[in-house]
Amino acid sequence: MVKVRIWGGLRVHTGGEAEVEVDAQDLRGVVAALGARYPEMKPALEGGVSMSIDGRLYTNRWFEKVRPDSEVVVLPRIVGG
Amino acid sequence: MPKDIATRTFKQVGTRPLRPDGIEKVTGRARFGADFSLPGMLVGKILRSPHAHARILRIDTSAAAALPGVKAIVTAKDFPEADDGLHDIRMNVMAREKALYDGHAVAAVAAVSAAVAREALRLIRVDYEVLPHVTDVDEAMKPTAPILHPHMVTAHESPEAKRPTNVAGKYEFGHGDPEAGFRKADHVVARTFKVEAAHQGYIEPHACVANITSDGQGDLWCCTQGHFMVRAISAGLNGMDLSKLRVTASEIGGGFGGKTTVYIEPVAVALSRKAGKPVKIVMTRDEVFRATGPTHSASIDVKIGATKDGRITGAFAELRYQGGAFPGSLADMGAMAAFACYDLENVRSIGWDVVTNRPKLAAYRAPSAPAVCFAVESVIDELARKMGMDPIDFRLKNAAREGTLSSYGPTYQAIGLEATLRALKAHPHYKAPLKPGQGRGVACGFWFNFGGQTCTSLNIGLDGTVALSVGTPDIGGSRASMCLMAAEELGIPYDKVRCIVADTASLGYNDVTDGSRVTFSSGLATITAARNAIKVMCARAAAIWGIPEDAVEWVDGHARPTGPNAGNFPPLSLADIAAQSHQTGGPIAGHCEVTAEGAGVSFGAHLADVEVDRETGAVKVLRYTVAQDAGKAVHPAYVEGQYQGGAVQGIGWALNEEYVYGKDGRLQNPGFLDYRIPVCSDLPMIDTLILEIPNPGHPYGVRGVGETPIVPPMATIANAIASATGVRMTHVPMSPPRVLKALSEA
Amino acid sequence: MALHVKTTVNGDSAEFLCEPDETLLDALRDRLGLTGTKEGCGTGDCGACSVVLDGRLVCSCLVLAAEAEGRSVHTVEGMAKGEELTTLQRKFLEHAALQCGVCTPGFLVAAEALLNRNPDPTEEQVRYWLAGNLCRCTGYDKIVRAVLDTAREMREHAHA
Repeated sequence: MVKVRIWGGLRVHTGGEAEVEVDAQDLRGVVAALGARYPEMKPALEGGVSMSIDGRLYTNRWFEKVRPDSEVVVLPRIVGG
Repeated sequence: MPKDIATRTFKQVGTRPLRPDGIEKVTGRARFGADFSLPGMLVGKILRSPHAHARILRIDTSAAAALPGVKAIVTAKDFPEADDGLHDIRMNVMAREKALYDGHAVAAVAAVSAAVAREALRLIRVDYEVLPHVTDVDEAMKPTAPILHPHMVTAHESPEAKRPTNVAGKYEFGHGDPEAGFRKADHVVARTFKVEAAHQGYIEPHACVANITSDGQGDLWCCTQGHFMVRAISAGLNGMDLSKLRVTASEIGGGFGGKTTVYIEPVAVALSRKAGKPVKIVMTRDEVFRATGPTHSASIDVKIGATKDGRITGAFAELRYQGGAFPGSLADMGAMAAFACYDLENVRSIGWDVVTNRPKLAAYRAPSAPAVCFAVESVIDELARKMGMDPIDFRLKNAAREGTLSSYGPTYQAIGLEATLRALKAHPHYKAPLKPGQGRGVACGFWFNFGGQTCTSLNIGLDGTVALSVGTPDIGGSRASMCLMAAEELGIPYDKVRCIVADTASLGYNDVTDGSRVTFSSGLATITAARNAIKVMCARAAAIWGIPEDAVEWVDGHARPTGPNAGNFPPLSLADIAAQSHQTGGPIAGHCEVTAEGAGVSFGAHLADVEVDRETGAVKVLRYTVAQDAGKAVHPAYVEGQYQGGAVQGIGWALNEEYVYGKDGRLQNPGFLDYRIPVCSDLPMIDTLILEIPNPGHPYGVRGVGETPIVPPMATIANAIASATGVRMTHVPMSPPRVLKALSEA
Repeated sequence: MALHVKTTVNGDSAEFLCEPDETLLDALRDRLGLTGTKEGCGTGDCGACSVVLDGRLVCSCLVLAAEAEGRSVHTVEGMAKGEELTTLQRKFLEHAALQCGVCTPGFLVAAEALLNRNPDPTEEQVRYWLAGNLCRCTGYDKIVRAVLDTAREMREHAHA
C-alpha cells in the first residue's frame, strides 16, 4: 500500500480527502487503483496526469516503481514551451 | 546512471567550442522554413475570418476554383471529424461551424503564384452571421458573457454547475489553512493584478513545404520545435499513416514554445494531395500575430501575510487565465507555480481556465509562470518593504529548500534557490550605488523542467568519426552540447563528432523541444548511446585480443585491458577499432530510446536597476543581473545566452508588449511596429551568474535552463519601479501611459 | 506584365524577371535563389531583410525589385570570400552572438555598414545603429560584444 496525495481540484472526487492509500507497485497501478475506487476521476486521469515520486516528476512512465514509503503526488499534466 | 557527478572532472563538457552549424548561419547558407523549394511548387494561402465571433453559414469557393492557376481549395470539409483526441486542434487549424477569433482560418487555396492565390482568396465568398464576442478574461467569466462552446462544462467543479459557460476548468492546490495563517500575521498585503497577453515574437514566421502524392505518402519540410508532433497531427488530420509522412525539421528561427503545435502544416499537406504538386505556405507577420498562439492574459488576486520577524504565515492566490478560443490556458500550471519558491505552512492557490474570442494559446517559455510570479513577487516585495526587511533576506527566510513540502504537492529534493539568492546578494550589483530617480528590484522564479520521449542514434564511421542523430530540433545551440557530451563519453575530440537533427523516418518518436528538455533528455540519450557504442567497441577489442569482454575497459578514447592479468596489449583507439569494424562484426553504433524523466525543477533570481522618467513614464533598464542554477553548464556560452535571451523577453513583456484588442474584437497591433519587443538600444549588457548544483537525475547533473529566465523579470522590474518611485504597478506591461497614470494617482 | 531587371549582386551581374509590385527581398530570395536575406515582417520593422543598395543600408522589403535596375546590391552572401570569413562573421561565432541565427544575416549586413563608416563606435552608438534589427533570442548582449570586438581587432590590424 502506498499513500497518494491528490491535488486540490481532484479532491472533489475523493470526498475532499487530500491523501488516499492504494495498493500499487508502479505508476500505472496507482492510476488504475484511483480510477477503480473513484470512477468520476477517470476522465481526468485518462486525459493525462503527471506524477511526482519523491520529488521527481514523471509523465509517461507506467512501470516506474513506487515503494510503500514513496511520496506520490498526482498533478495535472505538465507542459512547457 | 552513475552518481559520480560531484567527483568527475570533465575534459570537454564545460568548454566553449564553436557550434557546428555556425558557418552556415553567418554566411546565409543555413536553410530555414521558408528557404526550401521544390520544382513545380505551388503557393498556398489561407483565408481568415475578419470577425472575432461568427457563425459560418456558407462558404462558396466556386468562383475561386474557376480562376485560372488555382489548383486546389480546402475547407473544414477536407478535415473530417474523428474520435482521435485532435478535436480542438482540428477546429483551430480550420474553422468549422464558427469562426472563434479574428484571424481564424476558414479556407485555403494553392495556386501557381502568390498573386493568383491572393486573387483566389478574394473570390471565396463566406457568409457570416456575426455574433457578440468577448476578449477580456473577467468579462468572459460573467454569467452574461457571450458563450463560445455551448457544450462546455467546467472541469473539476462540483457536477451541479451545469449552465453554459466559458469556464473550462478550476484547479486547486495547497495545504494547511491560509485564513488561520492570515489571522496570525502582523502584516498582510492583498492586491489584484492584470497581465496582458504577449506573443513569443520569433523573428521567423511559420513556413512549410508539403509534397504529397495521391496514395497518401509524402514529405513535409517545416520549421518546428517538434517534427514528430507535426507528423502525428498532420497525418492524423489528413487520415494518413504515420509511417507514410516523413517530416524534416528545417533550421528554426525562434520558437520559444510557439512552434510546439501546428497551424499551416496539415493545410499544406491537404492542398498538396489535392493538387498533386508540392505546396509552400509561409505566414505573414500579420498572420503570425493574429492566428498563431499568444500567451494567456490574466487577472490575479494575491494575499500574503507574515509575522514581524519575517516568516510568512499564510498565502493565497486566485488566477483567472484566458487561453483563447479553446480550453488549455494553463491556469493549473500557474496555480502550481504560484508559491513554488516558498516554504509555507498555509497555502492555497486556485486557477480558472477561461475561453475567449482570441487565438488559441500556445506555450511561451515557462508558460503560466511569468504572470503569477509578477503578482506574487510584487506582494512579497511590498511585504518586505512594509516590514523594513531586505528583500533578499525576506525571501531567504522563507525560501524552499531540500525537504520543503512544495505548495503544489511534492517534497523538494536538492534545489538551488537559496544558493541563487545568496549569489545575487553577494554580487557587486547588489551594493552598487544608485542615483536619485533610480531604483533597484529583485525577484525569484521557478519552473518545472521535463524529460519526455527521446531517441538518438550514434554511428561510428570507418575513419573513426562519429555521426550523431538526434530527434529534437535545435532552438538554442543544443547540437554543440550534444557533440560535447558524445565527445566526452567517447574520449575523442569535439570536432570528430557531427550532430544532425534527423527526420521522422530515421528515429523513433521524439517529444517536442520544450520544457527546457533537450540538453537534459537528448543529452542523456546521447550519453547512453555513446556508452552502448563503447560496450560494442570493448567487445570488439576483446575479440581482437582473445580475452573476455569484461576484461576490457574504455579510458580516454581507447579500449585497454583492465589490468596486467587481462593481458599485455597496447590500447586500441576508437579510430583503430572503427577501421577494422567491417571485419570484426560490422558497423559500430549505439542507440537509445527512452522516456527521460526526473528532470528536476529550476530556480532563478534577477536583479534590476531602473530609472523612471516622470514626464513620459518611460522606464529605462540600467543594469540587469540573472542568477540561475544550471546543474551543469555543458556549453557555458549557450547557458548565458538562454539567461540573457529569456530575461530580455521578460523585460519586453514587463515594459511594452501586449495584445491590444479593439471594441470590434480585432487585434489592433499585429506587427512589430506596435507590438514592440525590446530593441538593442533599450538595454544594457545582461550579466549572468551560472550556479551548478547537480541534478541527480542526469549523468552530468544537467538541469534545463531555457525557460526559467523569463519568469522573474516582470516582478523584478515592477519592484525596481516601486523602489524608484514608491509606486506599486499592478498592470503589465508597465508601459509609459500606465506608469504615468500610476504616478499621477499616487 | 513582367519587368526585366539587370543589376549587380555581390559583385556579380544578375538579371531577373519580376512583377511591378514585387519587392527586392522577394526577387533576391525567389528569383535569384539568395535565401540568406530573410523576411521577418515585410513592413520594414525587423531588419532581417537588411541589404546594402548602392552603399546604403536598406530594408529590402521596402524596396521594389525594379529599383535594383542598374544598381549594386550587397547581401550576407557577399561577405565571406570563399573559405575566408570576415572578422565580423568570425567574431559572431566566437562570441556566440547567435542562437537561432535567423536575424544574423541582417545584423551582419547592418553591423558591417556601421563599421564601414565608423571604425571606433561606442557601445551606445552600436546599440542605436542596430536598433533597427530585432533579435528575440540573444537579448543583444553578445551581438554588441561581437561588434565592438570586431571594431577593436580591425583597428589593431589597420595600425599594424
